[in-house]
Amino acid sequence: MDASALGTFLQYLINGLALGAIYGLIAIGYTMVYGIIRMINFAHGEIYMIGAFVAVTTFSILAAAGVTSVPLALLLVLVMAIAFTAAYGWTVERVAYRPLRGAPKLAPLISAIGMSILLQNYVMQTQGARPKPLAPVMNGGVTLWQGDGFAVNVSYIQLFIILLTVALMVGFTQLINRTALGRAQRACEQDRTMAGLLGINVDRTISLTFVMGAALAAVAGVLVTMYYGVIDFYIGFLAGMKAFTAAVLGGIGSLPGAMLGGLLIGLIEAFFTGYVSGAYKDVASFSVLILVLVFRPTGLLGRPDIEKV
Amino acid sequence: MAHSIQDHLKGSIIAGLLAMVLAVPFIGLYTVSTDQGLVVEQRWPWVFWSGLIVSVGSFLMGLARDLLAARRAAKPKLAASAKPSRDDALTAKLSKGFAIGITLFAITLPFMPFSDRYIMDVGTTVLIYVLLGMGLNVTVGLAGLLDLGFVAFYAIGAYSFAILSTTLGWGFWVCLPLSGLIAALFGALLSMPILRLRGDYLAIVTLGFGEITRIVILNWQSFTGGPAGISGIPRPSLFGLSFDRRPPEGLTSFHEVTGIAFATEHRLMFLYLIALTLVLAAAWVIKRLRALPIGRAWEALREDEIACRSLGINPVASKVSAYAVGGMLGGFAGCFFAARQGFVSPESFGFIESALILAIVVLGGMGSQIGVVIAALFIVLLPEVGREFADFRMIVFGIAMIAIMVWRPGGLLSQRVPTIRLSSQKGAGA
Repeated sequence: MDASALGTFLQYLINGLALGAIYGLIAIGYTMVYGIIRMINFAHGEIYMIGAFVAVTTFSILAAAGVTSVPLALLLVLVMAIAFTAAYGWTVERVAYRPLRGAPKLAPLISAIGMSILLQNYVMQTQGARPKPLAPVMNGGVTLWQGDGFAVNVSYIQLFIILLTVALMVGFTQLINRTALGRAQRACEQDRTMAGLLGINVDRTISLTFVMGAALAAVAGVLVTMYYGVIDFYIGFLAGMKAFTAAVLGGIGSLPGAMLGGLLIGLIEAFFTGYVSGAYKDVASFSVLILVLVFRPTGLLGRPDIEKV
Repeated sequence: MAHSIQDHLKGSIIAGLLAMVLAVPFIGLYTVSTDQGLVVEQRWPWVFWSGLIVSVGSFLMGLARDLLAARRAAKPKLAASAKPSRDDALTAKLSKGFAIGITLFAITLPFMPFSDRYIMDVGTTVLIYVLLGMGLNVTVGLAGLLDLGFVAFYAIGAYSFAILSTTLGWGFWVCLPLSGLIAALFGALLSMPILRLRGDYLAIVTLGFGEITRIVILNWQSFTGGPAGISGIPRPSLFGLSFDRRPPEGLTSFHEVTGIAFATEHRLMFLYLIALTLVLAAAWVIKRLRALPIGRAWEALREDEIACRSLGINPVASKVSAYAVGGMLGGFAGCFFAARQGFVSPESFGFIESALILAIVVLGGMGSQIGVVIAALFIVLLPEVGREFADFRMIVFGIAMIAIMVWRPGGLLSQRVPTIRLSSQKGAGA
């Protein structure tokens, strides 16, 4: 492999990692909700879309108010996006899913699809159907490697995406492993009835799971807004589907699995677009997923499903 | 568990306040693209109104729920063991009567004095969705295998006919069975990699199958016409009689032979009647299949796979055939759809279609054929009736889907009556 081919490879790798980090953040929301109530939260992609829209609005307000400091703006945008998106996540669970606890398995799925249609059209009606372009927030980057005729670049925003995702992952793992809330969540995941008997407030734990998933999706929404600079009301569907693929690929219910799956999907997309064809990149992701599931029916890091009679 | 008025007031005020908070970034503020980038505009009164609407709405709903609960409690209790069986018998009788009634209505509809082009057109759309719903009902309702990519079979059926007719010049009646067969083959193909998967893993793989089909159709320009689709698909004929004003070469037209004055309505009536025939045939076949060993095997598989295996039922054959039969009906629907539109494009086969078809099956009550009919009527007619709301009809549609599921989680007509119902999940919510 000559130097320029290696350079291209590295560039795709960096692009794929940044994209995969975003998918991973969304995938965690799917995996946590699935782990605790065994339900596919189809509206999770829309939650991420809501995060992106709150980010765009907040950025615009800050620009109008004359805030020029990037770190301050970022902090405010993240706080606002997380707060509002988490509120939406909580409400979605309360309105559409909680009444269906213990209902036949497909009922919450249909309710989630209804919620997804509702949120998409709600945002389309209130914010308009046209894409929202946002002025770049973070410019520039570093050149990692300069050869003759090619360069490997990491933009600051890519760096920010990867670093923030790593930080969130570390924090999140600590939260699940060390805190009382994390313990309650793991208990509910294993046996909800028993956890309830032992004095855990199951409803509250489930609500908080949705809130946390929504918060991470909000961060992903902010990052995507900054990365691509343009969003519309439809982005939730595609991102949601890919994140869902990522969660299943990694083994649904497993947190490291979601992150691994997200990174894999991001990398597959980046490399397939770079080397083969952009039009068929989703076909590639799904094919890899199907292949993995044929050999490991519960995903890469999923625990094998033991059937109880 | 009646709540006091104070409780209701408190709850509804909290709900209203929450709605106002949620409304701030979307209803209160909105961004407009201008030359200077995005500009934020405000409309605060709306935030207040949405808070008020949610507050009043939740108050009234709380009262209504209490009222219903009180009435139910006041009713003299029937003997616990006798009640369900009597209810079930009643439901069965009612749904049988309803089935006969709606079939008669559907057959006579085109000949009614009030039926016009619009009614025929909407009626045909309803019938296509009924056919799709029946197909998916075999996979999801009977065999219990989740399929989020059912639209793929619909697309395969439609494109089979479109490609066969435009390249080889084959007619509708030749292509109809072929489309079904091709879709059934794809159904069998899809079922191969997923035999070992269960429940939720099926969801993503089938969803992926649907998306792969759509992406391939979208990008395989030379074969499928890509985003532009295929046009000029011939319309169905009646024993060689065409319903066009000027029939294509080699065909005579219906109005020339019968001497009835030409009217476009006749073609719409004819299409409607084809769709109705397909639906009735499908309904009959599924009814018969349910009584055959294969249908029994599907239902047994849905209830308990392990028990099935130990009783010697071959799960592989059951699963493959369930996907194939479901896919075949989807293929028929697709073929008919292409013939009716005269044009196919990838836009008609997005994920939302799969979601709607699944919604028809689940809203109707899994496994119930009459339920499929009622739910298809609902899914097609609600957006039609809601045309006055124009932009808000999809919002209303989403709310209605959630509301029906919350109100009747088992679907409108649930035919699945287990002998013992274990309340395993009940304690968890406390």
